[in-house]
Amino acid sequence: MATKTDLDSFRDPKLARELLDAIERLARGKNVNLMEVCGTHTVSIARYGLRSAMPEGVHLLSGPGCPVCVTSNHDIDTMIALARIPDVIVTTFGDMIRVPGSSTTLGAERAQGRDVRVVYSPLDALAFARENPPRRVFFLGGGFETTTPAIGATILTAHDEGLGNFFVYSAHKRTPPAIMAIEDDPETQVNGFILPGHVSTITGLAPYRPLAERYHVPGVVSGFEPVDILSAIARLLAQIDEGQARIENAYERGVLDEGNVVAQRMIDRVFEPCDATWRGLGVIPGSGSAIRPEFADHDAARAFSPDVEPTVEPRGCRCGDVLRGVIAPDRCPLFGRACTAEHPVGPCMVSSEGSCAAYFRYQEHSR
Amino acid sequence: MCLAVPSKIVSIDDGGIAQIDVLGVRRDCSVRLTPNAKPGDYVLVHAGFAIQVVEEQEADETLRLLQEMSDRELAEITGQQGADAPAGEPAAAPAAAR
Repeated sequence: MATKTDLDSFRDPKLARELLDAIERLARGKNVNLMEVCGTHTVSIARYGLRSAMPEGVHLLSGPGCPVCVTSNHDIDTMIALARIPDVIVTTFGDMIRVPGSSTTLGAERAQGRDVRVVYSPLDALAFARENPPRRVFFLGGGFETTTPAIGATILTAHDEGLGNFFVYSAHKRTPPAIMAIEDDPETQVNGFILPGHVSTITGLAPYRPLAERYHVPGVVSGFEPVDILSAIARLLAQIDEGQARIENAYERGVLDEGNVVAQRMIDRVFEPCDATWRGLGVIPGSGSAIRPEFADHDAARAFSPDVEPTVEPRGCRCGDVLRGVIAPDRCPLFGRACTAEHPVGPCMVSSEGSCAAYFRYQEHSR
Repeated sequence: MCLAVPSKIVSIDDGGIAQIDVLGVRRDCSVRLTPNAKPGDYVLVHAGFAIQVVEEQEADETLRLLQEMSDRELAEITGQQGADAPAGEPAAAPAAAR
């Protein structure tokens, strides 16, 4: 576990050293906040101690990059209400199971006897629907553009097969509108974005361009290795140094500039943009993905209206402020006391990709 | 959860389902989103779908990173054993959330 920056643990320690020297040089006389918006970047930065490796004046913030963390309590409560409909099978990804809603979790509902199943792929949920024709099967979908095309393809398959017992609850989110919302937030000052890797594999660079053009803030797509992240930071600082704002791709091994066009078309075929509520950020116009009316037969939000309990946010939890980069996780009064990895209060500690979990696990400290 | 796992395509059936090798385990994945993928290619796989064809070097690097992560993260990402194990879930979460 790297609590201090241990360059020897990097794949290429020499390159890491060079990048850190470049960062040091470019950072002189500056005071900038750089934000990543990807749970895997959060974990990598914490694991390799990159935050403490930064020179004075370069602050690494974690933004709304953990999919289950940004899912609103109301969405979680709705998913739980769907799971309580008699005789249904509810499926979702593993990390959604543990996230607390207003009074319970999907995992706790399962312990109460509800049929809640963790799947690796939405295709597994589709198989349950085929195998259990009298029972209704829900897939509870959250996550960003990496995940959305897979869910879209699954809905399309269900539609083509006429599988009338398969339904999706779509809490999917779009990353670029959230980045713009952060820039619009008067409480947060971000001077450059480390853009997500595999989200960008799907989206390509184009959706981020307004960040540079409208806000004059640079963004660099980064891979997940520590040297990838250092390289993205150096390229951001270089742009800031020159007074430039461009969207660059520093992860050409995994991201084409145009993205995956087939996957983009799949998203557009099955979903349409909708306003969505993000934990911490509130309602962001056009940041959600609603199932198009053509596929309403498979849309759990249209086909069912279960009683959803009133939303109650966990008392004292500042996940929302953490997700906006307004406070570092260890500045939350619950952090490490009432809220730990063993007894998490909020979703940012529950999810292994959450900023609070990463801070806690790798014993990071804000400066 | 937005991490895709590099895998090698072993074969692809007529229905567009590929058999892949991920960290030595055989799984199925759909190649519907990467129609040009062919056996022998390395692909990034997320939620049971290939999302991008990549070079072998990229596959090796990302796999190495994955292997350095904890077993729980790995199990969640690859969907291998343990992903549905209640042992990994903090039973106290609902109580603490109130």
